[in-house]
Amino acid sequence: MNIRRADQFTFWLFAGPALAGFVAFSLWPMLYSLWLSFCQYEVISPPRFIGLRNYIHLFYYDAAFWPSVKVTLMFTLVQVPLSIIAALAFALLLNQPVRARGFWRAIYFLPSILPQAAYAVIFGYIFQGDGGLLNRLLALVGIEGQPWTMSSDWALPVLIAMSLWAFGYPMVIFLAGLQNVPRELHEAAHIDGAGAGARFRHITLPLLSPVMFFNLIMGVIAALKVFDLAYAFSVTQNMPPGGPARATLFYGLNLYQQAFGFFHMGLASAMAWLLFLFVMVVTVINFRFSRRWVHYEN
Amino acid sequence: MNRRHPLASFCFYAMLIGGALIMLLPLAWMLLTSLKTYPEILSQPPAWLPADPQWENYRTVWDGFAYYRLFLNSCFVSGMVIAGTVLTCCPAAYAFAYCEVRHKALLFALLLSTLMLPAQVTVIPLFKAFAALGWVDTYLPLIVPAWLGGNVFGIFLLRQFFLTIPKSFIEAARLDGASEWTILWRLIVPMSLPAVLTVVIFTFLWSWNDLFNPLIYLQSEELVTLPVGLLYFIARAEQLTGGSIGQQPWHLVMTLATVMILPVIVVFAIVQRRFVEGVAAGGVKG
Repeated sequence: MNIRRADQFTFWLFAGPALAGFVAFSLWPMLYSLWLSFCQYEVISPPRFIGLRNYIHLFYYDAAFWPSVKVTLMFTLVQVPLSIIAALAFALLLNQPVRARGFWRAIYFLPSILPQAAYAVIFGYIFQGDGGLLNRLLALVGIEGQPWTMSSDWALPVLIAMSLWAFGYPMVIFLAGLQNVPRELHEAAHIDGAGAGARFRHITLPLLSPVMFFNLIMGVIAALKVFDLAYAFSVTQNMPPGGPARATLFYGLNLYQQAFGFFHMGLASAMAWLLFLFVMVVTVINFRFSRRWVHYEN
Repeated sequence: MNRRHPLASFCFYAMLIGGALIMLLPLAWMLLTSLKTYPEILSQPPAWLPADPQWENYRTVWDGFAYYRLFLNSCFVSGMVIAGTVLTCCPAAYAFAYCEVRHKALLFALLLSTLMLPAQVTVIPLFKAFAALGWVDTYLPLIVPAWLGGNVFGIFLLRQFFLTIPKSFIEAARLDGASEWTILWRLIVPMSLPAVLTVVIFTFLWSWNDLFNPLIYLQSEELVTLPVGLLYFIARAEQLTGGSIGQQPWHLVMTLATVMILPVIVVFAIVQRRFVEGVAAGGVKG
């Protein structure tokens, strides 16, 4: 009996700060932002309830909302599969017998931990139209360059390209998954005459499906929340956030502009809640679909 | 299986080394650019290599633009955030691992659910609250959440690790009359150093690299951290050069970027093996 009392005391003492932080910095702001999403709130005067008008405005009248949804979805649909393929390819490469595996793994991992703001600046210089590194390399092989960062067709692909350097987290997780694939399975299949392709398709991929699923969920959530990269890119290119012509107006960037550029905080709260709902819906759908293709041991 | 055809071996190493060069190319270009002179940047096309490496660029940036100040700001914020995270996440993980209380699983699930919550959802109410408290343009909005267990992922990771420690250790220490606080810091944490280190590195990366929060909460130029300072510098240079991207002092911009990236590379070089394994373990178990 005494121990249970002591447990109660210790629990609230030790977990108290974290639980207080949960209420103060997550639960309360989450509920308050739901309330703000039904209010007009422009900072100068207190929030005023206006019902669903923020949402109606976003869906039917706001010029930037749908373009920012489109940019974010296009980015997600292209960048997530490409980065998962790159991560898997290099995980397979590094899973081969190779000397100094830790060294190679560290090099491939490195870009993933560097600040995205710095990456946007470096790549902004590399992709720059006149005198950028890419155009000069292209000129060496006789291809005429483009003003990549200034073109509304190319700016988003440029951002996708720069984000593809950062596949370290999914790669390392694939690598750990690959090391859990039992050798005997491969050897047995090899003896039965299965080629490398068939073994990959029927042994490696099914056994990797749980980590594939984990990487997919994390990748989608991260892609829907992109901010640092896009904001730093706009500043580097001396463009208003999201330029050229809203081609890189990510949802997170648009939300930031509404809230802290124009002080439409009620409208931005509605955008935040739509994002939150969308993240939850996508995650639930992913879990539903996962039953069809994710193979769990036991 | 282990012996490869020479051609296969050649292709394998070609891909491995080619890929590594592509990964490092942006960093190499950053470093080379940071050592050039302004005329070398302006020449059409710009020089490939610096004729005479300009290490003075680093002094110009460090002293001339007072970047040591921003560097120290970043160090201070990251240090405080790391200290708060360790001091509050370890006890929380201990409580969730070892204390038997009602609704513990529910509380833990609630805590973990915040990992799904985008920062954009909480930032507006938090900004309003911090403004009302007079905390805007101070470090408090960046630091205080960390001192209240702000790193939920850290709590999760530590708890996973704590659960692998046999309970008999704790019971033996309790019988010896050690307090729970002593057991945590003298027994459990020293046994869990790899997990604690992983949390410290994650927290460092997250705090050092963060642009979103400092951009919102810090305004004074002498308070900002490195990522915001880098963008301030670029914006100011754009004004001075009449907005022409080609006229940007890219050599100094890249010097700043190097100053900001270097500590991350150094920390990574020291702890990379353990950190990468920590990431892998978190992902495969989670």
